[in-house]
Amino acid sequence: MTLDSKTVHTIARLSQLNIDDGEVDRYCQELSNILSLVEQMEQCDTTDIEPMTHPFDASLRLRSDEVTETNQREKFQAIAPQAERGLYLVPKVID
Amino acid sequence: MTIKTIKQHLADLKHGQVSSVELTSDYLARIASSELNAFISVNPETALAAAKHADEERAAGSDKPLLGLPIAHKDIFCIDGTRTTCGSKILENFTAPYTATVVNRLSDAGTISLGKTNMDEFAMGSSNENSYFGDVLNPWGNEVSRVPGGSSGGSAAAVAGQLVPASTGTDTGGSIRQPAAFCGLTGVKPSYGRCSRYGMIAFASSLDQAAPVTHTAEDAALLLNSMTGFDKRDSTSVEIENEDFTRDLNTPLDGLKIGLPKEFFGEGLDDEIAQRVADAIKVYESLGASVVDVSLPNAKLALAAYYVIAPAEASSNLARFDGVRYGYRTEHYDDLGQMYARTRSEGFGEEVKRRIMIGTYALSSGYYDAYYAKAQKVRRLISNDFDSLFQQVDVLIGPTTPTTAFTHGSRSDDPVAMYLNDIYTIPVNLAGLPAASIQCGLSSNGLPIGLQLITPYLQESRLLKVAHQFQLETDWHTLTAPSLEVA
Repeated sequence: MTLDSKTVHTIARLSQLNIDDGEVDRYCQELSNILSLVEQMEQCDTTDIEPMTHPFDASLRLRSDEVTETNQREKFQAIAPQAERGLYLVPKVID
Repeated sequence: MTIKTIKQHLADLKHGQVSSVELTSDYLARIASSELNAFISVNPETALAAAKHADEERAAGSDKPLLGLPIAHKDIFCIDGTRTTCGSKILENFTAPYTATVVNRLSDAGTISLGKTNMDEFAMGSSNENSYFGDVLNPWGNEVSRVPGGSSGGSAAAVAGQLVPASTGTDTGGSIRQPAAFCGLTGVKPSYGRCSRYGMIAFASSLDQAAPVTHTAEDAALLLNSMTGFDKRDSTSVEIENEDFTRDLNTPLDGLKIGLPKEFFGEGLDDEIAQRVADAIKVYESLGASVVDVSLPNAKLALAAYYVIAPAEASSNLARFDGVRYGYRTEHYDDLGQMYARTRSEGFGEEVKRRIMIGTYALSSGYYDAYYAKAQKVRRLISNDFDSLFQQVDVLIGPTTPTTAFTHGSRSDDPVAMYLNDIYTIPVNLAGLPAASIQCGLSSNGLPIGLQLITPYLQESRLLKVAHQFQLETDWHTLTAPSLEVA
């Protein structure tokens, strides 16, 4: 699999990453090389094999619906780039 | 110089031959004069205060198992009120608001945290060259600068450089075993689910596991006794009774059945490493073990499956770094989309971006079945291979790495060449098994060689016994880097 520059731009957009025009060729090459490695999997017949999402197919535990954590909003927001009156501030999305 | 184990330090502390304050001050002084760049942060004030407290506790009769012992933590573990960077610019100024369970357990057991060790950014790398905080020097590199391995490269360099008696690390695809091999140490990856992942910054959640790096298997057992255990805050924590991992250390190996997977001895393995591994097998035979050749037929696909699963999980886990709630935010932006993309593009390094993009692609519409679902099926086949082998043998043994520690810059231009470092360690992570690397010799140019041991799920006690019995019989683990002799 060889990725073209259009696909690399699409992946970057989905990943919320900017890629400079000067970097596109390098990314095409590097990502294509990784995909070539990955495509070795095609030689393996996996018909009727169940996907393994987790070692030992661990299933998620359930817990009772009780409040176990205390509110630490001030502490958590103290490390935010921009927070005010309990809110995280970001650029305006709706005019 | 000789090594000093945790066990020896604890005996000295117990018998009053040294105080925790003295020991902590000594190691802090070593760190301050070190040029290995093994640490990202050092916390002398809090360490000395904790050491003073430990000495007071001892005077009051406390019998905490690791009381007063200085250790370091990989900078992937959150510690409340302490900078936690994960080797990344995006977390350069992040002060964690809570503490990882592994760190809490070790401090409850009495350890003193000296600081946070350097690492590949978000634990992605095999050389520590992907750290935002600079390369780490392997103390064993004498005439040329060699990598300590990665991603727990700072942890391994710190222990090998005798800047700390032991350190925590993590192992997602070999990140404790490979640096342990490169630095002549013992690195033990426990079974998936043994150590809580709470507060350990996530890379690939179905693979990540906390792990100790030490001089000896006995020291690893002592640390694991405190690091492991069920934690309701980690949804994949295994719910079983705590164990004493030292309990079988002195059981003889008579009758042990060793399997040698032929896939670990094929093309690409350095001749000297193959020879030292063969020598180690002879030691095991002399201890009463029998050896059979076995096969892990799907192991050759482990790297391929891993480079879908790990990046896919990483692309999802690293979506949280958006410049809104914590971490770095770009200075210049006009709208929200631009803020996200610029924050992430400026905050993440090259390898992290590559893996996010590979993972995003593998999970994207139209490609999911061909990549992600396929990789999970291959993962099951690899796991099944191990299951069937462990019907016949007690432990699998092979090399940890195909080569010894390489020089800085020699592989950093080719991501796929770098990935090949982990070809023998990755299958274990996919299957979730416990595994260790112990030193089994030196190459002709004086570099450590690692022997990998793999046991069935939750059989750490057997793993540590097999490692410890080798260390009783040989003295490779006691060798120290030539650079320490000069100092």
